[in-house]
Amino acid sequence: MLPMFFWAFVIGGLICVIGQLMFDVAKRTPAHTLSTLVVAGAILDGLGLYEPFADFAGAGATIPITSFGNALVHGAMQEAETHGLIGVLTGMFEVTSSGISAAIVFGFIGALIFKPKG
Amino acid sequence: MLKGKQSWIFENHPVIQSTGVSGGPFEGNGNLAKDFDILHEDLWMGKTSYEQAHRVLLEEAAQTALKKSGRSADDAQFFIAGDLINQITPTSFAARDLKIPYFGLFGACSTSMEGLAISSFIVNYRGAKNILTGASSHNAAVEKQFRYPTEYGGQKPPTAQWTVTGAGVALLTENDGTHENCPYTTSATIGRVMDMGLIDPFNMGGAMAPAAADTIEAHFNDLGVDQSHYDLIVTGDLGKIGRDSMLALLEEKGISIDQNKCNDCGLLLYKNDQPVQSGGSGAGCSATVLYGHLLNEMKKGVYKRILVVATGALLSPLTVQQGESIPCIAHAVSIEI
Amino acid sequence: MAKKKKTPQQKQYEQLEKKYETKRPVVKNCIKAFFVGGFICMLGQFISFLYIYFFHFTEQTSGNPTSATIIFLSMLLTGFGIYDRLGQFAGAGSAVPVSGFGNSIISAAIEHRTEGFVLGVGGNIFKLAGSVILFGVFSAFVVALIKTIILMARGVM
Repeated sequence: MLPMFFWAFVIGGLICVIGQLMFDVAKRTPAHTLSTLVVAGAILDGLGLYEPFADFAGAGATIPITSFGNALVHGAMQEAETHGLIGVLTGMFEVTSSGISAAIVFGFIGALIFKPKG
Repeated sequence: MLKGKQSWIFENHPVIQSTGVSGGPFEGNGNLAKDFDILHEDLWMGKTSYEQAHRVLLEEAAQTALKKSGRSADDAQFFIAGDLINQITPTSFAARDLKIPYFGLFGACSTSMEGLAISSFIVNYRGAKNILTGASSHNAAVEKQFRYPTEYGGQKPPTAQWTVTGAGVALLTENDGTHENCPYTTSATIGRVMDMGLIDPFNMGGAMAPAAADTIEAHFNDLGVDQSHYDLIVTGDLGKIGRDSMLALLEEKGISIDQNKCNDCGLLLYKNDQPVQSGGSGAGCSATVLYGHLLNEMKKGVYKRILVVATGALLSPLTVQQGESIPCIAHAVSIEI
Repeated sequence: MAKKKKTPQQKQYEQLEKKYETKRPVVKNCIKAFFVGGFICMLGQFISFLYIYFFHFTEQTSGNPTSATIIFLSMLLTGFGIYDRLGQFAGAGSAVPVSGFGNSIISAAIEHRTEGFVLGVGGNIFKLAGSVILFGVFSAFVVALIKTIILMARGVM
């Protein structure tokens, strides 16, 4: 169990360092950087590389935003296997719903109970 | 009177009879806190939105300036002011409540001196007896409009600046010889828009330096003076990077300015341990520092003659997204006592 | 959105300004990003184990409730005004994990409440996260489409 924590820390940290280099060296905005990382996650899953990566790194691969791209491709592929090409559209959000739903729900709750602090 | 290419001389010496300066919590913890008339403990100021709080800052500064001279809003012929918010609504709403005939200005962070220059011209030529002029900004309202929601975890680079939450308003009045120990305006140089192709909205200082250098050069040429004419040359919000760049640019043009004679409102306002990166900025920056601290120093006899060069970056969030560079402007006004 | 050609004067100023421009502390920022990002992922791993051992999720299915929990925590940190300070310190270390995604949505929602819930909150909630969702979905669509067509052509599907 302990190795899992170590690799989660290291791999997660390294993905964040890639993001930081995009901020500081490539001078990209957060929106550009995160969009690039999501697309990278999608492409890696398309190539079949993200799953073994996640088995090894655990949360180090599933917590960074790259896993969002991975989960979207996964959902799409799952449906496509049973329903053909149309499955690419219908299955997209099956696997990843919790991230977006949670963000929207907690966003609204946040707006109800919090005031910005400036 | 027009002097040279783009400057005015105010022979009748319009007097800055009184001023009002308001600020927020950050300014209250800063270097010049005792030069503020009103300081607020939080950014809301008892209102329900940042934009309304912004209006409160300006209204309070205007009322304070009037009260200190024993005048009411009815005594002022014109209200000439602006801010950074879309359609300068905080200033317009404050004008609505003040009920003074109103000129709304937009010069970004150079608005304070744009207003003082125009007001001085009008008073000098007896177009008004009293004019209320100023500028203001509110950190959270500006962040919300120009950058990110205030609770967003974005990382500001060291070239960024901190928008001042504050308003500075002056009551400019006809000089009838009765105003003892009151500063007066003597000249102004109107800047032209300069664009050196910089595109980083997190580095305003670097973008604005050429405009400041251009206006200072024009001022010296038009009036036939050099830096020895002034006890202090102070820029609005160039910050650390802008100030260094401007001094270097002026050196290249053969204009040497003594480092000790040249300062920046954005660098004066905050303490070194406050997280303001390269210094303060915003329309309220030059207004609060000039109409509070600098005029107080003049009344104490520290400076007899100063040149205030307020600098503004004329961009919008849309122009940045469309890949445009940042055009800038600087207006200068000289004040003596 | 073509890059405008710079005049010689502009190029000259650019060189001059670069000398005075404070450089970003890249190495320091990367170290901070590494530690904060790594810590958040480690926290996610811990939460994941809690869901597996106490709530009967499997390794495969624990990802979803873990993301939701991390986003709930980021709501608290955003609402209490802590996440923006964390972001200034950690940069990508707090923006890249899914907590950063939550923060981008929640901070926009909180900020625009003054414009009402429908137009303010509803109209602005995806201001920052919209790009991530758009590009995530579209790239997944393209990747899955290509992969499906290839597999169909090979007669596997």
